[in-house]
Amino acid sequence: MKLQKFNWQIWAGFLLTLAAAFSYTLVFVWWPVTRDFPWVNLLLFGFAMVLLFVGVRRAFASGRGWISKIVSSLLAILGVGILSLFIFGAFIAARRLPASHGAPQIGQKAPDFSLADTNSKVMSLSELLSTPINGATPKGVVLIFYRGYW
Amino acid sequence: MDSPEESRELCQKAGYTFTFLSDPKVETIRRYDLVHAGAGEHGRDIARPAEFLLDSSGTVRWVNLTENYLVRARPEQILEAAKALR
Repeated sequence: MKLQKFNWQIWAGFLLTLAAAFSYTLVFVWWPVTRDFPWVNLLLFGFAMVLLFVGVRRAFASGRGWISKIVSSLLAILGVGILSLFIFGAFIAARRLPASHGAPQIGQKAPDFSLADTNSKVMSLSELLSTPINGATPKGVVLIFYRGYW
Repeated sequence: MDSPEESRELCQKAGYTFTFLSDPKVETIRRYDLVHAGAGEHGRDIARPAEFLLDSSGTVRWVNLTENYLVRARPEQILEAAKALR
């Protein structure tokens, strides 16, 4: 059986595609500068797409077997699929948020609430605004509503 | 919308020292019109991200209703807004 040289580009391209996708939530999400706009991930995807393209072209060069052509095509298609999912997630899904027109605006009073803290002790907004910290009345309160899971 | 127990686990793992409240019935989130229906795990209602700075009278002085949940208020932005509170 004729031995053909290993098509490293297609495999490197595919692995880099996976790294480009997963590194967002595993690594780059921790710094605002790389989280707000996933430019590092898009760069990695760019390199990955180039490698996949070179890998496919190489697989279809004369002298290579049909298995090579099929595997390379599949990896490239998967790679493009992963990139598409990433773009959808980062640029489309992330913007699908309710309008929240009824949310308190500047100048309005924030509605009071009573909720349990992590020790199941109930705290109210009026308490948070009035309970002294280090002997002084709080100048204000920051309310942060998060998504509940990323 | 996590329970106090779930939140306590999160706070301990992350080392948070600020007050962390739970709204498992999504009531306060609803009062603030921040419900993102069905967007959570298993179709749960969750909050859409929002940050409010209130002064000592409970009046809103600064709001951040992000258009993209990847982008949240940075601590510097809130601290800058807090400087204006007297």
